[in-house]
Amino acid sequence: MKAYFGRRYMVSASHRLHTDALTAEQNRAVYGKCNNPHGHGHNYVVEVLVGGAVNPETGMLIDMAALDAVVNDKIVARFDCQNLNLDPAFARDVPTTENLSRLVFGLLKDKLPAGELECVRVEETENNFFEVFDA
Amino acid sequence: MIFLTRRATFSASHYYWNEAWSAEKNEQVFGRCANRNGHGHNYTLEVTVAGEPDPVTGFVVDLKWLKEVMEREVLARYDHRHLNLEVEEFAAGKMIPTTENIAIAAWRRLEPAVRAAGGAQLSRIRVYETPEIFAEYRGEA
Repeated sequence: MKAYFGRRYMVSASHRLHTDALTAEQNRAVYGKCNNPHGHGHNYVVEVLVGGAVNPETGMLIDMAALDAVVNDKIVARFDCQNLNLDPAFARDVPTTENLSRLVFGLLKDKLPAGELECVRVEETENNFFEVFDA
Repeated sequence: MIFLTRRATFSASHYYWNEAWSAEKNEQVFGRCANRNGHGHNYTLEVTVAGEPDPVTGFVVDLKWLKEVMEREVLARYDHRHLNLEVEEFAAGKMIPTTENIAIAAWRRLEPAVRAAGGAQLSRIRVYETPEIFAEYRGEA
């Protein structure tokens, strides 16, 4: 029987929304206070939703400790308490939460200990979040 | 199609144990959750139904009705209960009350009632065991 297991992780990181494709003035116009040269930070919530068959012997579809190990290794260790703009993945892409959620999906997609990655949701604040269903 | 969700909370105790296994294997697979004295959670149940708004009332379903169905079918049976000992579908080792299985069991309890009412259909059950851990079931085989 197919079900879904969801787990939420917190990543605190800083970023600055800025692209070299635009002038300084255009960057300020597009990104507003998110373009502050010194950056700013968020407590991001990364929600990982995994789909798969529930094992009748355990009643579980994934070993949560194994999922935690993968997400902590691939996501939390890489981004927590870091400046996203300095991550190689954002050498060209702007570290918007749209781009971050797509990046997280790609980093986890083939690394799960069981099941299929159904959705990655990244909450930037309590009032805005982004969901990705494919990389 | 509109998706409408109602949330409710219940508090219950449980433990994870497969009667077909040795105590050693249960402890190895389920860890601290295998403690036979049980432990508990404040669960959140989210019930999502899907349908078109009624042309007269504008409702997909009457939320008060949905609340009553959730209370009757799920909360009255699960709230302040020991799931392994007092809830039929989990008793005597029939089904381990994991979050996944609670979502499936809640679906089985709610789906006939929603279907019988006509109109909207049950779309999704989500059960939060803690704010960081949840499972959902969408009626898939």
